[in-house]
Amino acid sequence: MSGDTETAAPAVDCTGLAYAFGETNAVDGLDLTVAEGEVFGLLGPNGAGKTTAIRCITTLLPVPPGMVRVFGRDTARERMAVRRLLGYVPQQLSADASLTGRENVTLFARVFDVPRRERAERVAQALAAVGLADAADRMAGTFSGGMIRRLELAQALVSAPRLLILDEPTIGLDPIARTGVWEHIDAVRAATGMTVLVTTHYMDEADQHCDRVALMHRGRVHALGTPGDLTRGLGERRRAAGATGAPPTLEDVFREVAGSGLDDTSGDFRDVRSTRRTANRVG
Amino acid sequence: MSEAPAAQRTASADRAGSIDLLLRQPEPRAGWRVLPARVIALCAVELQKLRHDRTELYTRAVQPALWLLIFGQTFTHIRAIPTGGIPYIDYLAPGIIAQSAMFIAIFYGIQIIWERDAGVLNKLLVTPTPRSALITGKAFAAGLKSVVQALVVIVIAAALGVALTWNPLRLLGVLVVVILGSAFFSCLSMTIAGIVLSRDRLMGFGQAITMPLFFASNALYPVSVMPGWLQAVSKVNPLSYEVDALRGLLLGTPSHLGPDFAVLAGAAVLGVAAASALLGRLAR
Repeated sequence: MSGDTETAAPAVDCTGLAYAFGETNAVDGLDLTVAEGEVFGLLGPNGAGKTTAIRCITTLLPVPPGMVRVFGRDTARERMAVRRLLGYVPQQLSADASLTGRENVTLFARVFDVPRRERAERVAQALAAVGLADAADRMAGTFSGGMIRRLELAQALVSAPRLLILDEPTIGLDPIARTGVWEHIDAVRAATGMTVLVTTHYMDEADQHCDRVALMHRGRVHALGTPGDLTRGLGERRRAAGATGAPPTLEDVFREVAGSGLDDTSGDFRDVRSTRRTANRVG
Repeated sequence: MSEAPAAQRTASADRAGSIDLLLRQPEPRAGWRVLPARVIALCAVELQKLRHDRTELYTRAVQPALWLLIFGQTFTHIRAIPTGGIPYIDYLAPGIIAQSAMFIAIFYGIQIIWERDAGVLNKLLVTPTPRSALITGKAFAAGLKSVVQALVVIVIAAALGVALTWNPLRLLGVLVVVILGSAFFSCLSMTIAGIVLSRDRLMGFGQAITMPLFFASNALYPVSVMPGWLQAVSKVNPLSYEVDALRGLLLGTPSHLGPDFAVLAGAAVLGVAAASALLGRLAR
């Protein structure tokens, strides 16, 4: 891949992405383009296929060549090159409770080939960037839910990724901790200009922090645009139909898109169990 | 949550801090240096964990101590097992070292399933780390932990009067043997983890294979006293080769060091290959 296409290529480019677990089509013909530098929100209920799509983009699930490109690099053909561009925070709380904050981040500095001479300094910068400089040498097991999320953010940041992928970063957190996590995501993005792809089912967060959102349902994108465009569009359609009342929210847009079939397919047993387990551990 | 005000304060204070290094991607290591680098990274984590919490080291020392103290002392007294002229407890000590190393290694399959459930494994799989390097790193981490455990057992054995060698070259050989053996058994366990995919099922398998592996080896008694079918099992059991090598190195009894090392190294390589091939199933 030449340097030219790389700079011109979007951060993420999915074309007809499909992935099935047995008979279930978790992602079913997903077309998605995330531009470099934007904060892109992938929204949808449990079981909409958000996490599966993320796992295809992060090379965790094998997809055929030509379906997913990250900065122009094919996730099937150039797996290692793609991984070097990614910082990934999975939905579960994935920091190691039996290591200190600093040791948790150092592990990721090592596996991303940060040379020894700058390792300590880079780890310290990543910890400081998420406000954990003072707590760095405490065991991660003593951290609060919000602090663990920020520690995981530091683990992802230490390799200077061009694309930060966050799967439900605020799940199970209380409102204040949620705000804290987003503050640091926003600050890091402002400072580094990296692209952020985030999944969430909190519409208010998407409204507030995402440049563009895609509403996913049953493995496909059903609406795409800036949160403002989407709510304005629905408002206009409602006015044209003669309706009055409060201006619609992103949640209303979502309800319109998803229709009535929202609850029967929202998340299988494993999905719900893992979500609850995460919520439980965040406390 | 009480962290919120503190979080806001440090967030604004840190914005003044430099983040220049976080804007630059680290240079990829040359291909051949990736594997040793990942092995070192995962071994470093293992050492850090041991430093923070040594409980497991002590609790795991209880069982080998009991084997040596009770089983070893009693059978030394009875003289029921032909040991080629050395006290039975001396004969037993290398077997118990190999056993405690194997018990530690067998735990790694359960650990990797736990890491899968916790999201740790997925996160490591999204780093520029080939699956074989991740498995090799885990295998060597198991080896490192086993070596620490083996040292504890060696000290216990020495305290019980077992006439062990203190020749540094031979002790170095002991370390290599324990690392290779544990690498194999951890890979065996991670391979089964890749097949059964659930912690409960793996616990059952772990229980079902460890004791047979132990009894169908020369750890407790020489192969010559076994019935024919058990001798055949012992011949394909890497634990027997591990014990044979440990006995030769620690006690100076007749052994087959060359074939022992070859079998252990070959088994470790096969184990890494099998566990790496099945790791993808755990990521799904």
